[in-house]
Amino acid sequence: MIWVFGDYRNYFQNRVTLQLLAKARSLAEDSGALVCAVALGHGVDEYVREYIAHGADRVYVMDHPALAAYSAATFAALLAGLAKTHRPEIILVGATDFGRELAPRVARRLDTGLTADCVDLSINEDGLLKQTAPAFGGNLLAEIVTPRHRPQMATVRPGIFAELPHDDQRRGERVDAPPPDPMPADPATLVESVFAPRRDQRLEEARVVICGGRGMGSRARFRRLYELAGLLNGEVGATRPVVYAGWADHEALVGQAGRQIKPRLLFSFGISGAIQHTAAIHDAEFIIAVNKNPEAPMMKMADVAIVADAGQVSAALIKQLKERLRKHS
Amino acid sequence: MLKLIVCVKQVPRVSELPWDPKRGALRRDLADGMMDPAAKRALEAALRIKDARPARVTAICMGPPMAEATLREALALGADAGLLITDGRLAGADTLITTTVLAAAIRSRCPDFHLVLCGRQTSDSETAQVGPQLAEALEVAGVAYVEHLEILPDAESEGEAAPESGASQMDCGMDRDIGRIRVRRLCDGFLETLEMAPPAVITISDREYRPRHAPMAGLQTAFEKGVVETLDAAALGLPPDLSAAARSPTRILRVYSPAAEKRNVALRGSASKIVEALFQQYDDRIGGAAGRDIKPPEEE
Ligand SMILES: Cc1cc2nc3c(=O)[nH]c(=O)nc-3n(C[C@H](O)[C@H](O)[C@H](O)COP(=O)(O)OP(=O)(O)OC[C@H]3O[C@@H](n4cnc5c(N)ncnc54)[C@H](O)[C@@H]3O)c2cc1C
Ligand SMILES: Cc1cc2nc3c(=O)[nH]c(=O)nc-3n(C[C@H](O)[C@H](O)[C@H](O)COP(=O)(O)OP(=O)(O)OC[C@H]3O[C@@H](n4cnc5c(N)ncnc54)[C@H](O)[C@@H]3O)c2cc1C
Repeated sequence: MIWVFGDYRNYFQNRVTLQLLAKARSLAEDSGALVCAVALGHGVDEYVREYIAHGADRVYVMDHPALAAYSAATFAALLAGLAKTHRPEIILVGATDFGRELAPRVARRLDTGLTADCVDLSINEDGLLKQTAPAFGGNLLAEIVTPRHRPQMATVRPGIFAELPHDDQRRGERVDAPPPDPMPADPATLVESVFAPRRDQRLEEARVVICGGRGMGSRARFRRLYELAGLLNGEVGATRPVVYAGWADHEALVGQAGRQIKPRLLFSFGISGAIQHTAAIHDAEFIIAVNKNPEAPMMKMADVAIVADAGQVSAALIKQLKERLRKHS
Repeated sequence: MLKLIVCVKQVPRVSELPWDPKRGALRRDLADGMMDPAAKRALEAALRIKDARPARVTAICMGPPMAEATLREALALGADAGLLITDGRLAGADTLITTTVLAAAIRSRCPDFHLVLCGRQTSDSETAQVGPQLAEALEVAGVAYVEHLEILPDAESEGEAAPESGASQMDCGMDRDIGRIRVRRLCDGFLETLEMAPPAVITISDREYRPRHAPMAGLQTAFEKGVVETLDAAALGLPPDLSAAARSPTRILRVYSPAAEKRNVALRGSASKIVEALFQQYDDRIGGAAGRDIKPPEEE
C-alpha cells in the first residue's frame, strides 16, 4: 500500500494531496500496490469522494469532532497508529507547512526515516522509493533511500506532479477507522486561528519574473525593467542592494528575506547569485541570466547565460519585443 | 528562573557550490563553519526573553569538534553555557538519530528545562525535521514556525495579553511561578495563537527575530573564559556499538548539482545580436510563459 495524507485544509489552493495521489498511482504501476488516502477530521465526506475521483483505491477515514481543527501532535499520533495497524510500505505527505510539521512526528513515532521536501520520487531497481530532495538552498540535489525501515516516508513539494482529472465514475472503498478513546491530546491548545494569507502574491504567482540586481547600475536603468515586465505580462523582483538603494521597494525583494518565486521564466539582470537570493528562485523553470562576469554563481544556474551589460541587453530586449509585438497587432 | 535550551548546528559557510564535480563530493574541507542562520534566530528569541527576565540559556550542538567555535559564538551573544556532543560515531546521523542524541543530552544535562528553541530549517540540509521530532522524543508540547513568543504569568494565562512589566513581578526564582507559553505562528496562511504549559519545544520562523551582533569584547571573553562542556555518546548512555550512519533509517545515495545538468548555454556579443539569437532559439518559451505571441510573422 502507498498512503497519501489527506491535507484538505484550504482545499482550493492546496491541491498537493491530489498531486500525490496521481504520483502514487504511477509509483504503484509495477508493484500493483493499493493507493490509499487518509482523511482525519470532522465532516470530511466530500474529500473522501474527491480522493477516490482523483485516484485513491481506498480512503481510511477517522471522523470525530475533536479533529475539526488541525493539530500536528494529535494527527501524528492517529496517523502513526493507523500505520502500525495497516502497515503501508510508503507514506507521502504534501510539503505544506502543516505537512512538514506532521510528517517528522509520524516518522519518529514509527521509528523510520523521512526525506524532506522532495522534488522527485521513483522506484529504483531494488524496489526502493528513491527520493530526490534539494539541499544547500537548492544548489544541490540529494538522492535518498530508506533501505530497511518501513514505511518509507517523504514530504513532497506542492506543484511538482500533475493531478489526475476528476473522474466521478472511479470506484473506491471507504474504510472507517474507530477513533481511539480518549483522543490523543495536544498539550498545545489552539486559542485562535485566523485565515490571513498575504494579500499581495503577485510575485509568487507570476509566470514571468524580471529580477534586477546591483549590476543594473542606476535607478533609471532599473526602472526600465518595469517596461520589460509589462511587455511580458510579468512582475519585477529585486535583490537586497537594489532595495537598499531605493531603486525598488521592499515588496519586490526576492530571497530569503523576501519573496519566494516559481516563475516559468526568470530573467536575472546584473545579479551575482548569493545564496540568500538564489534560495528563493530554485523553483524557476527556465532562467536567462545577464552578467558581465561569466563566473558569477547566478550564471552557473542559468539555462541561458548572457555575458554582456545588463542595461544594454534589457534595452535591446524591450526594443525588439516591441517590434515583434507591433507586427502582430 | 527560566531554563531555556537553544539547539545550534554548525553549517558550512557557503555562497557558492561546495561541490567538487571532479571528485564527486562535497568540499566541506573548503568551507568554514558558521552558526546555522536559523538557529541564530532561535538563539535571538531566547536572548530576548533573557533580556527581560532572569533566564539561563544553554546552547547545545551535536557536531564535529570544530563546532565548539559555534558554541563560543553563542556564548559571546549571551548564552550562559555551551554543550557540545561530539563523537565520530555520530557522523552521518539522520534526523531520527540526531533527535535521539539531542534528547538524551537534554535529559541528562538539563532535565528541568522549560523551553527548547530550534531554528525552523538549517541552511545546509534544510529538512526542518529536528524541531518537531525533538518534541516527540522529549514527549512535550511542540509548535513550529513561531513568529512571536511570550511567557505569560501563570495566574493571568486565561486573560488578556500579559503586561510587559508583569513579567518582572514573578521573577522570584521559583519554578512554579513560570506561566504558560503563548506563541503566534503562521502556518499555511493561518495565523494561529497557541498556548501550552512548559516544557515545550518550538521552532522559530525565518521571518522574525533578526539576530543581534556579538560585541567584540564578548567574543574575546567567550573564547577565553566561556565554558563549553563536551560529551561523547558513551557519556549520554548511548549504546557502545552506536554507529549513527548504520542506525539512521535514511541513506544518501548521491548528491549532485542540478545546475550542472542545466543546458547552461552561453551567449556573447553585442546586445542586439544576443537578443536576436535569444528570440530565435527561445521565442516559444518566452512567448509561452508570457502568454503572448512573439514569433516573427510568417514570411509571405
Ligand atoms: C541574512 C541575510 C539575508 C539576505 N536576504 C537577501 C534577500 O532576501 N534577497 C537578496 O537579494 N539578498 C539578500 N541578502 C543579500 C545577499 O547576500 C547579496 O548581498 C545580494 O543578493 C547581492 O545582490 P546583487 O546580486 O544585486 O549584488 P552583487 O552581489 O553586488 O552583484 C552584482 C552583480 O552584477 C554584475 N554586474 C555588475 N555590473 C554589471 C553590468 N553592467 N552588466 C551586467 N552585470 C553586471 C556583477 O558581475 C555581479 O555579479 C541577504 C543577506 C543576508 C546576510
Ligand atoms: C544533503 C543532505 C540531505 C539530507 N537529507 C536528510 C533527509 O531527508 N532526512 C533526514 O532525516 N536527514 C537528512 N540529512 C541528515 C541531516 O542533515 C542531519 O540529520 C542533521 O543532523 C539535521 O538535519 P537538518 O540540518 O536538516 O536540521 P533541521 O531540522 O533543518 O534543523 C532545524 C533546527 O534544528 C536544530 N538542529 C539541527 N541539527 C542540529 C544539531 N546537529 N545540533 C544542534 N541543533 C541542531 C537547529 O536549531 C536547527 O536550526 C541530510 C543530510 C545531507 C548532508
